[in-house]
Amino acid sequence: MDPLCLISGDFGPFTPQIVTQVPLWLAIALKKRGKCSICPPQWMTVEKLTQVLEVERDSQEMSEHLPFHYVEISRLLFDHARDNIPDAYMVRSLIEDIRDVRFHKVETDLEGFNGRTIAVKIKNLSAMEVNIVRPFIGRALQAFYKHDSSELIPDPERAPDRRPQVAHNAPRRQLRR
Amino acid sequence: MGSRSAEGEQVPLTDEYDALISTTDVELLKRAWRNEKAAPEILRFESDLIIRVREQIELMEETVEEKSTVGTDPLSVSLYQMDLDRTLFLLRSYLRIRIQKIEKYMFHIRKTEELWNRLSKDEKFFTERCTDDLKKHLEESVLSTLPENYQSYERQSVISEEVDMVPEPRLDTFVLCRSKEYLTGIQLEDGPVDDRSKLFEMEPDVLYFICYKSIKPLVESGKIDLL
Repeated sequence: MDPLCLISGDFGPFTPQIVTQVPLWLAIALKKRGKCSICPPQWMTVEKLTQVLEVERDSQEMSEHLPFHYVEISRLLFDHARDNIPDAYMVRSLIEDIRDVRFHKVETDLEGFNGRTIAVKIKNLSAMEVNIVRPFIGRALQAFYKHDSSELIPDPERAPDRRPQVAHNAPRRQLRR
Repeated sequence: MGSRSAEGEQVPLTDEYDALISTTDVELLKRAWRNEKAAPEILRFESDLIIRVREQIELMEETVEEKSTVGTDPLSVSLYQMDLDRTLFLLRSYLRIRIQKIEKYMFHIRKTEELWNRLSKDEKFFTERCTDDLKKHLEESVLSTLPENYQSYERQSVISEEVDMVPEPRLDTFVLCRSKEYLTGIQLEDGPVDDRSKLFEMEPDVLYFICYKSIKPLVESGKIDLL
């Protein structure tokens, strides 16, 4: 097939049995029409994912081996190209486990908010997780900001209503970690 | 169209591919669209980018028409059409978000020099007509029936010291952002009073939730991307 000169870029030429690189939407479109088969990305093998799961379970930080949009990419590939992924069920259950572990970490991090938090930094968060926590973090930080700025004369007798200080990377002091 | 067996195998995005494609107009438009969506106030109109994208879209539309009449295989035509639709969606969504923001804060934009300069010519025309119409509507339907001192659409009453009836965008909302390089010296505007003078730094490619006010100049200069 001839090279495609699209607005987004030039792709091709497409020859049978030769691996070509195209954007995901183009690959899915061609796959739907039965014109190609998709090579799964390198991070989407059972070995690599088991490795990532181990790393996630052991450390407090988020693993950086997964691309930003791994949930979306894996979902699309499962829906359209399941036959091109070896061990599809295994891969899928591994990805779900990784999602659970990561999100649990995010939740425990979020519990560590208090009035002194002015910015939140989380390394290697993925797109799906970002969009799940975004409204919450926005409103929580907003509420803290509002209540903090009106507290010009704090009442020393009032017991501070603080949440338990869990080890986390949210407060300002630990941002240089 | 002849029968085709499996055409080829395709690999989804890798890193060097990302670097290659990151300078296309579509990528720049995507970035502008994302920034506009996340920012609480209206950002500068990317007139050069939009003109270029429009030209490319028109060119592509002609190409698609020509190809479909000539009789090239429907597959390529449908792929070209798909790409065209995607780019059109980005452009339309970008313009729509801006118009939404204008409609929300039109009086404020009309009065603030800095924001007024961020609009394109068409948007300025639109805003002027919109503000005139809305002002006229408010005056005719409500304000003229109120007592003397309360008839301004901008102030609550003649004795208000500032213009308090005009909605302004909340610049202290928290936004998610990411910087491409190591940035230091960001002054945090909000937070507990004693911390206000502390300088903040940002590492590249790490996500931060931060008050929009503090990073406003960096977003304008393009050093920080909003997500």
